[in-house]
Amino acid sequence: MNSLQRNQGQSMARHSTVRVFVPGDTTARSMGADAVAEEITRLAVKPKGSVEVIRNGSRGLYWLEPLVEVEREGERFAYGPIEPSDVSGLFAADFLNSNDHPKALGSTESIPYLAAQSRLTFCRVGITEPLSLEDYQKYGGYKGLEKAVGMAGDEIISTVTESGLRGRGGAAFPTGIKWKTVLETSAEQKYITCNADEGDSGTFADRMIMESDPFVLIEGMTIAGLAVGATQGYIYLRAEYPLAIEIMTKAIAIAYSAGYLGKNVTGSSKIFHLEVREAAGAYICGEETAMLESLEGKRGQIRFRPPLPAVKGLFGAPTVVNNVITLASVPIILAKGADYYKNYGSGRSRGTLTVQLSGNIERAGLVEIAFGQPLGQFLEEFGGDTATGRPIRAVQAGGPLGAYLHPSQFKTPLDYEAFAEIGAMIGHGGLVVFDDSTDMGEQARFAMEFCAIESCGKCTPCRIGSVRGVEVIDRIRNGENEHMNLELLRDLCDTMIEGSLCALGGMAPFPVISVLDHFSEDMRARDPKRT
Amino acid sequence: MNDSQESAEENQRIFAILEREASRPGPLLPVLHAIQNQLGFIPEYAVPIVAQALNLSRAEVHGVISFYHLFRTSPPGKRTLYICRAEACQSMGARALESHAKQSLGVSFHGTTQDGRYSLEPIYCLGNCACSPSVMIDKTVHGKVTPERLDELLAEESGPEHGKA
Repeated sequence: MNSLQRNQGQSMARHSTVRVFVPGDTTARSMGADAVAEEITRLAVKPKGSVEVIRNGSRGLYWLEPLVEVEREGERFAYGPIEPSDVSGLFAADFLNSNDHPKALGSTESIPYLAAQSRLTFCRVGITEPLSLEDYQKYGGYKGLEKAVGMAGDEIISTVTESGLRGRGGAAFPTGIKWKTVLETSAEQKYITCNADEGDSGTFADRMIMESDPFVLIEGMTIAGLAVGATQGYIYLRAEYPLAIEIMTKAIAIAYSAGYLGKNVTGSSKIFHLEVREAAGAYICGEETAMLESLEGKRGQIRFRPPLPAVKGLFGAPTVVNNVITLASVPIILAKGADYYKNYGSGRSRGTLTVQLSGNIERAGLVEIAFGQPLGQFLEEFGGDTATGRPIRAVQAGGPLGAYLHPSQFKTPLDYEAFAEIGAMIGHGGLVVFDDSTDMGEQARFAMEFCAIESCGKCTPCRIGSVRGVEVIDRIRNGENEHMNLELLRDLCDTMIEGSLCALGGMAPFPVISVLDHFSEDMRARDPKRT
Repeated sequence: MNDSQESAEENQRIFAILEREASRPGPLLPVLHAIQNQLGFIPEYAVPIVAQALNLSRAEVHGVISFYHLFRTSPPGKRTLYICRAEACQSMGARALESHAKQSLGVSFHGTTQDGRYSLEPIYCLGNCACSPSVMIDKTVHGKVTPERLDELLAEESGPEHGKA
């Protein structure tokens, strides 16, 4: 090779740097993504042309993780699930240039699971490198804040109100109305708090946002701060999410040094400070007043309401408490307008719902779609069969306090009101699938057991009721006075629902009642052979 | 090193943490996390020191430590295995995984193996529900963990100690 050829070769290589994406979120890593990334970097030395391995967020097609993507002429092509031992085969099949490999999935955007979604809040998730502010801006980030700095607080709030955005943490309270209360309550100090104590089993949307697109949460909280006149924000983030804590903390530092946080937000002379506060493993701290107590450094016991946190919240000051997804939905509403967002959805449920599909299902992952699709159709289209190949017995919607839905209820459309009508809830959007080998009596028992473990102890129906609930269910399943104890269990559920101070004791009976109503064959004396 | 020297040094570490964290609003949780990160648990002797520095009663500090599941008051094993007990993991065999872990480590939840290698703790959701069942070893989450895979992980994870979650 003469020197001219060599030079050409080098310049070719420079221009032909291929970008390969290997997700770096918790779930991808839990399936071996780090080892895959290392293996690609190691083997990439061999062929001509250099490879840049980028650790993007996850696309949320979790059954395909680790999902490796290669960028060719601006389009990304997917391969998955990739194990470290597949990597040499990928190179052998020249995956940087050709799609000829048994695990090739074609263009990522055309994978039906993704193509059928309306990614608004999650528009960048999985596409960008989470801690690249440049990527964030390139894909529309900080457009919402740019508009918000030029608007009055009440203008920002009307936009949010008009968009129809409701709290995505579970209670579905209209966000704009909450913000308005905080705006109209005069105080020297106000706070924006983000409830990132995503404790419901079967939910991971908050984690995905924080690990895969952290700046969108920072932007949403900053806009909230400008809207209500709050200068300090806290993200109360669960300790069970160490990677999210690490990424959020780094992103906040980056936002400070780029002038997006601090004493002069984007040069507007407006102030907004933000920090992460690590929770310590108490489910009840997902309840907003317990979260505020915890942020103040106390036991996470719930407060009586009124006063509402919007009037008297953190350290006695007017406080916005919103879930991660709620706050992360704000930037796109400001950037594209209330109508853009409102045009998705059905009835009073406007915008998109981020469904988190998990449990015993073939294709588990995150699905952001407009409200309104019937549950059964959704499960078929996105989830496929169960992972075990057996029929579906039940779906638990809305976390550990949500009802177990029977297949006869699967025609219910995915929207807040329709779910409420059948005594269920969408909550934070988690759907956990169980196959027909599930002992539903055991699931009902767990609902009470979980409530007993996690009760803050403030009110008796929850603290004592949950313990009694476990005992009564055990008696029923042991065949002691079955008929009488079933009646007692219903009574106990009523007492908890009517008498508890918050949703933990007030809703823990819902899964139990759903089992009594729809799976009663499992709520009787157990066959001793089955245990 | 005698006991009084040792405890003087440990007190110093707690004072250093207090100096760093105590001025934050609502400082107790950050202080307790920092102590646990450094020492692996929150020792009894830390309670009066923290209480005095933050102008709280010892009962208040104790009350907070005992309220939160992830604060511990006894030294953990070299590593901590957290097994998710929540519903998504249940649907994919978490109950069997839990009994397998208890059996192979020979301890119950909140226990530490006799050789001090592992503490076993329950956890309620790691947000890894799409790849259930999940466990976390120190701060590393593992998905789709079968009993066999758990045995491999427990055997593998014998490298340098990770931080405590």
